[in-house]
Amino acid sequence: MRNRLRSSMAPITMIGPTTLWLILFLMIPLALVIGISFLTRNGFGGVLMIPSIDAYKELVSTEYLKVFASSFQLAFLTTIICLVVGYPFAYIIANSSERVKPFLVLLLMLPFWINSMIRIYGWNTILRSSGMVNNALISLGIIKFPLELLYTDGAVLLGMVYDLLPFTVLPIYTSIEKLDPSLLEAASDLGAGKVHKFVRVILPLTMPGVFAGSIQTFIPSLGLFYIADMMGGAKTMYIGNLIKNQFMSARNWPMGAALAIVLIAVTLVLMKLYTRVGSLDDMV
Amino acid sequence: MSNNKDVIVRLIDVEKEFDGVKVVKKLNLEVREGEFLTLLGPSGCGKTTTLRMIAGFSHATSGEIELEGKNVADLKPNERDVNTVFQNYALFPHMNVEDNIAFGLVEKRVPKAEIKERVAEMIKLVQLEGMEKRKPAQMSGGQKQRVAIARALINRPKVLLLDEPLGALDLKLRKQMQLELKHLQQKLGITFIYVTHDQEEALTMSDRIAVMNDGVMEQIGTPDEVYNHPKTKFVASFVGESNILESYVEAVRGDLLRISLEAGKAVLHAPGFKKEEMIYICVRPENLQLSQTPIEHFSIRGRIIEHIFAGSVIKTVVELINGQRLRVARHPGEEELEVGTYVYVFWNPKKAIIVHTVEEQIYNIIEQNSNRMYKEFVEKYSATTEEV
Repeated sequence: MRNRLRSSMAPITMIGPTTLWLILFLMIPLALVIGISFLTRNGFGGVLMIPSIDAYKELVSTEYLKVFASSFQLAFLTTIICLVVGYPFAYIIANSSERVKPFLVLLLMLPFWINSMIRIYGWNTILRSSGMVNNALISLGIIKFPLELLYTDGAVLLGMVYDLLPFTVLPIYTSIEKLDPSLLEAASDLGAGKVHKFVRVILPLTMPGVFAGSIQTFIPSLGLFYIADMMGGAKTMYIGNLIKNQFMSARNWPMGAALAIVLIAVTLVLMKLYTRVGSLDDMV
Repeated sequence: MSNNKDVIVRLIDVEKEFDGVKVVKKLNLEVREGEFLTLLGPSGCGKTTTLRMIAGFSHATSGEIELEGKNVADLKPNERDVNTVFQNYALFPHMNVEDNIAFGLVEKRVPKAEIKERVAEMIKLVQLEGMEKRKPAQMSGGQKQRVAIARALINRPKVLLLDEPLGALDLKLRKQMQLELKHLQQKLGITFIYVTHDQEEALTMSDRIAVMNDGVMEQIGTPDEVYNHPKTKFVASFVGESNILESYVEAVRGDLLRISLEAGKAVLHAPGFKKEEMIYICVRPENLQLSQTPIEHFSIRGRIIEHIFAGSVIKTVVELINGQRLRVARHPGEEELEVGTYVYVFWNPKKAIIVHTVEEQIYNIIEQNSNRMYKEFVEKYSATTEEV
C-alpha cells in the first residue's frame, strides 16, 4: 500500500517544484501581460479595468510598423554579421590542436560570467569622445577632433554583435566538432579540393549548427533594449526600447503589453521553426 | 595493354613515425597490376598506416611511394589515382545513394548525362537497384558497404584501397561479401589492396598476402605459401592455427632430421640443416596425431586435458610433460580418447614445417630441461598408475 502511495506521489514531488515555478513566474506574469493588453490606458500609470482593443488597433500604425521594421533589420544584420564572423571563428577553434582548444573555448565562454550590461558599459569607455579609441587616434595625430563613434547605429550593431557572438559560435562549433574526420578524408579521396570539400561536405553538414546559431542570435537581438539605450543613445527606436518606454515613460501599459505579446508570438514562431529543423537534423 | 606482371604500387624503404615511435619499419612492397593483395596483421601492426600512406592521408617519414612508377610524395589524396573504401563506410549523410556514388564524378566535371549513366551502372553492379534515393541512415550495414564500394569504384581508380571494409558486418554477411568483393575484383581487373586482421578472410580472397607484425612485413606470398610454408614463427602462429615447438637437431640422416624437444624426441623431413642447430617447428592441428601405443621415432608424451567440439572436427588439447599445450584436430570417427588419457603425439615427418632457425646454440639447456621433466613425468605417471 505504502509503495503504491509513494509511487503515485513520486511524479508530483518531482515535477511539482518546476510546475510551481512555471506557474508563479511564467504563466501568471504572461496572463497579466495578456490581460493588460486588452485593458484601457490610464494616463497616470497602471490601467483602467475597461476592456479595449485600442492597443492592438494602434499597433498597426505606420509608426509602430517602422519600429518593427528597424528592429528586424537590426536583428537580421546582427545575425548575418555574427554568422560571417562566427563561422570562421568556430572553425578555427574546432580545428585547433587539443592543447589549445580548451583555452579557446574558455575564452569564448568567459563573457557569460560577467553581466552583459557591465560589458556593454565597457564599450562605452572605449568608444566615447574621450574614450580609448579617440584618445589613441588623436595622440597618434591621425585625427584632430574626436570621432563620433558612440551613439550611432553602427555602435548599436557593434554592441549587438559583440554581445551575441558566443551564441552564434557555440552551436556552430559543436556541429563542426561532431563532423566525422573520415568524411573529410573521403571527400578528398574522391577528388574534392579544399573549397569543394567545404562547400559540398563541411557546410551542408554543419547547417543545423548554423541554423541553431542564427536563431539563438536573432531571437534575443529582437528584444535587447539596453544596448540600443547605452550605445545608440536611444536615437533609433527598437521594439525592446519601445516596450520599455511604454511602461516606464509613456505610461501606456496596454500598448507595451500588446507589443510584448507580438514579440512573444514572433519568437514562438521562430522557435517552432528551430525545433523543426532540429528534428530534421536527426534525419541527416 | 600492360601485362599482369607490371608493378602498379611500389613502396621503397617506407617508414612512419608517430611521436618518435616507428609504426612502419623499412617496408618494401611491390603490388602488381590487377592483383588482390592483402595486408594482414594484428591491430597496431602498421597495416592501416601503410594503406593511409598509399592513399595520401598520411605522409611517410622516410622512403618512397610510387604509383605507376611516379613518386607521389607531393600529391594530395585528391590528386592520386586511388580510391579508398573506409572502415566505417564514411558515406556523406546528407546525400542519398545516387549523390554519394556520383560524388567523385561531379568533382571530375564529368557531363551530367554520363554521370547518370555510370551511377545507374554502378548501382546495378552492387545490386542496390531501387535504393537510389535512400539516405545512408536508412540503410543496413551491408547496403552502406555496397554504396561505399560503388562510390570508390565509379572513379575507375588504378588501385582500390580497402580498410577492413567488412569488419562491422555479421559473420554470414561478411562471408557473402568476401566472395562478392573477390568476384567484383576479378570482373573489373582493378588492383585491390585490402587491409584485414582476419586471417581467414585474407586466405579466402587474396592473390597474395603480406603478413605484417610490429611494423615489419614478415612474409609475402600466395595464401598457399603463407599457410603451408610460413617463413617465421609469427606468420605460422597468426595465419591459421598452429603448434609451435622449440627444438634442436640431434642427428641428420639425408633429408631426415632427428630432433629433440623439451617433451621428447621426433623426426621430420627437411633438407639443409646441420646437427645441433636450433629450430622452431610448426605443426598444424590437422597434421598432429595421437596414439596410445608408442610410435617409432616419436617419444613426445602428453595427457589429454580437454575436448572442444567445433562442428566437423573435435579439437583435442594435449598437455605435454613440459606444460606446453598442443591442439590436435580429430574427426568424430576416430578412436575415442578420454580426458586424462596419456598419449603419444606424432606426425607425418613431411607435414612439419621449420619456421625459424635460431642462431644461438642453447640446445644443452633444452636437453637438461627435457631430462628433468621427463623424470618428473615418469614419477607422476607411475604414481597415478599405482593408485589405479
